[in-house]
Amino acid sequence: MSERRQFQGWGRTAPVMATAVTGTAGEVGDLLRSAGPRGLIARGLGRSYGDAAQNSGGEVLLPIEGQPRLVGDRVVAAAGTSLHDLIRFLLPHGRFLPVTPGTRYVSVGGAIACDVHGKSHHVTGTFGAHVDSFDLVTPDGTTRTVTAEGEPELFWATVGGMGLTGVVTSATLRTIAVESGWVDVTTDRFEDLHSLMAAMREGDDAWTYSVAWVDTLSRGRSGAGPGRSVLTRGEHAARAALDARRSGTPYPLPGDPRLGAPRGLPSGLVSPLSVRAFNELWFRKAPRHRSGELQTLATFFHPLDGVADWNRLYGPAGFVQYQLVVPDEAGDVVRDAVATLAASGHASFLAVLKRFGPANAGLLSFPMAGWTLALDLPARPGLGRLLDRLDDAVVEAGGRIYLAKDSRLRADRFAAMYPRREEFARVRDRVDPGRVLSSDLARRLDL
Amino acid sequence: MIDALGRPQSLLLLGGTSEIALATARAWADAKPHVTLAARPGPARDDAAAALTSEGFEVDVVDFEAEDTESHPALIDRVASRRDIDVALVCFGVLGDEEEAWTDHAAAVRLARVNYTGAVSVGVCLASVVRRQGHGTIVALSSVAGERVRRSNFVYGSTKAGMDGFFLGLGEALREHGGRVLVVRPGFVHTKMTAGRPAAPLSVTADQVAEAIVKGVADGSDLVWVPGLMRGVMSGLRHVPRPLFRRLPL
Ligand SMILES: Cc1cc2nc3c(=O)[nH]c(=O)nc-3n(C[C@H](O)[C@H](O)[C@H](O)COP(=O)(O)OP(=O)(O)OC[C@H]3O[C@@H](n4cnc5c(N)ncnc54)[C@H](O)[C@@H]3O)c2cc1C
Repeated sequence: MSERRQFQGWGRTAPVMATAVTGTAGEVGDLLRSAGPRGLIARGLGRSYGDAAQNSGGEVLLPIEGQPRLVGDRVVAAAGTSLHDLIRFLLPHGRFLPVTPGTRYVSVGGAIACDVHGKSHHVTGTFGAHVDSFDLVTPDGTTRTVTAEGEPELFWATVGGMGLTGVVTSATLRTIAVESGWVDVTTDRFEDLHSLMAAMREGDDAWTYSVAWVDTLSRGRSGAGPGRSVLTRGEHAARAALDARRSGTPYPLPGDPRLGAPRGLPSGLVSPLSVRAFNELWFRKAPRHRSGELQTLATFFHPLDGVADWNRLYGPAGFVQYQLVVPDEAGDVVRDAVATLAASGHASFLAVLKRFGPANAGLLSFPMAGWTLALDLPARPGLGRLLDRLDDAVVEAGGRIYLAKDSRLRADRFAAMYPRREEFARVRDRVDPGRVLSSDLARRLDL
Repeated sequence: MIDALGRPQSLLLLGGTSEIALATARAWADAKPHVTLAARPGPARDDAAAALTSEGFEVDVVDFEAEDTESHPALIDRVASRRDIDVALVCFGVLGDEEEAWTDHAAAVRLARVNYTGAVSVGVCLASVVRRQGHGTIVALSSVAGERVRRSNFVYGSTKAGMDGFFLGLGEALREHGGRVLVVRPGFVHTKMTAGRPAAPLSVTADQVAEAIVKGVADGSDLVWVPGLMRGVMSGLRHVPRPLFRRLPL
């Protein structure tokens, strides 16, 4: 099947037309061989914010579906399987994924291609670190089963490789045992970024999951600096820790969103004013300190999944996400970014701060030890220049911007952020000399 | 590619020595777009290319003659084969002497050829590039003179009216192919072309037009007036009855 269609990323900016194609795992080789002059890219659930999963004027391969299977403590899943379906499949067996990003609505293929991270990165590393093997179809039409031991170069070029080394058709993932589907959560509130960062630096190693929400609009009150914040940390709850009510449902399954954002919303709903109001409520709602709260996996890991299509709240102009990582000693870049935004009036509805553990061998993998800050920003005049300035500070500090979220980085800055891109290009020269695999992100960043 | 904030990576300036075209490239300087200057060979083009290069732009120069419509398809294909054309500016045109324009056959035909036939010709070529690419914005430099054609410069005005209508229609046609067309209607612009003529009310500079283009592309608009106020003025004038319109000092 093939059909001309409009494609956009989750941020709903830069729409383009391309031909959507579908096929079974066995047909991918032929689809690659017959791709037109603008090539082909695989798409998962389109949760990357920018142009990674679109290929203007070319072909876009829609998710390859299939039923997951459990083999010992491994799960074998088709690349198009969503983590939502995978978690629903695993939980009744008392198993869970070691890494899950902020939404369950990502595909296994997309999670590998972006080498996604979760709240546990400092302990577990990325999604790719738990992939036993994947089946990869390269543009010559051959399928190979790739492992980190057997073909380390191709493995680590594909993990984080943004779909540009081949099409993943299925993967075998390691899982972890969990005694329940509940998380034992501790929440702390901080008046400013300084105290938050100090607490995270000291205490994070003691927790498997940790993430902070920062109010980028607060200017700081009563001597405090900018960035009041709420830190949540958690561990999988032991069966014995469940009370009477919860022990009846030890593995509550995440459901589908109950709310949906209506279509055709105007721009400007997410404005400095509304964000300020929301942040005020959110901050006040959080306790100064609370521990022992039990939350479901869905509430703890994927709070945004409760509202379908929430990206429409930003209106037709859309929004961009800006996620940076800088080494530990460059915490100033994070503080400056928050202060710059607060001063500029560019409102970030969501600002998330996390600490990463060490980088892995992924040639274009994003995480590296240090601080990572993610900001959702409405596309507004002036934002480009502001983010360009932040890019420069990030490069200067030896950090980088996350490609899964990016939609506006310039090619020269990308090159400065990802020193291993030459190695990545060499792998592509080998598996895709004709550059059949292509995306708008690849064109934009000269990848 | 045009990024999420509407900033292009590559520009094709058809009429590459036009002050508005150059001002527009400069307005996008922070995105560092690659610029292809399409213009007649000569010192004006050399100077424009040298100036942009010295400001840090990467510049290619190609020979372009608006009247030579036969050459357009191959030329535009050649440019598009090197890299995507993210934004193409159709910004060539001649103003001519108003009275000569309708009393001298050759002058009238030339105006029509450059301003209308030439514009339609490149418009069709660019449209096929946009359809192939699945994205791209064509910016067509029209004029308020085309909105209601006046006695004082009706040959010029009629060519702009024609090209304006063509590009508005092209925008509708390209929508379903992932493309956009932005028609820009400036009032009196202070440039070489208008030097020595008395400035009309609400006159603007090339930089102001450039700014409006950058914003229009980012917003995905189909039509912008520069200054914005012009829109109200012209929609008023549009409905003034002909006998009265005739007597207005326009
Ligand atoms: C609300 C929200 C929260 C998020 N939180 C996090 C987070 O905490 N951590 C994090 O790391 N990310 C996060 N993300 C980003 C998200 O995890 C990634 O963008 C993810 O890759 C999206 O998966 P997808 O299936 O939608 O992929 P798509 O967006 O469709 O594609 C992403 C990339 O994967 C490639 N790809 C997809 N399928 C295949 C395949 N079969 N073979 C080869 N390549 C393929 C595409 O070509 C593209 O380059 C979040 C996104 C949202 C919307």
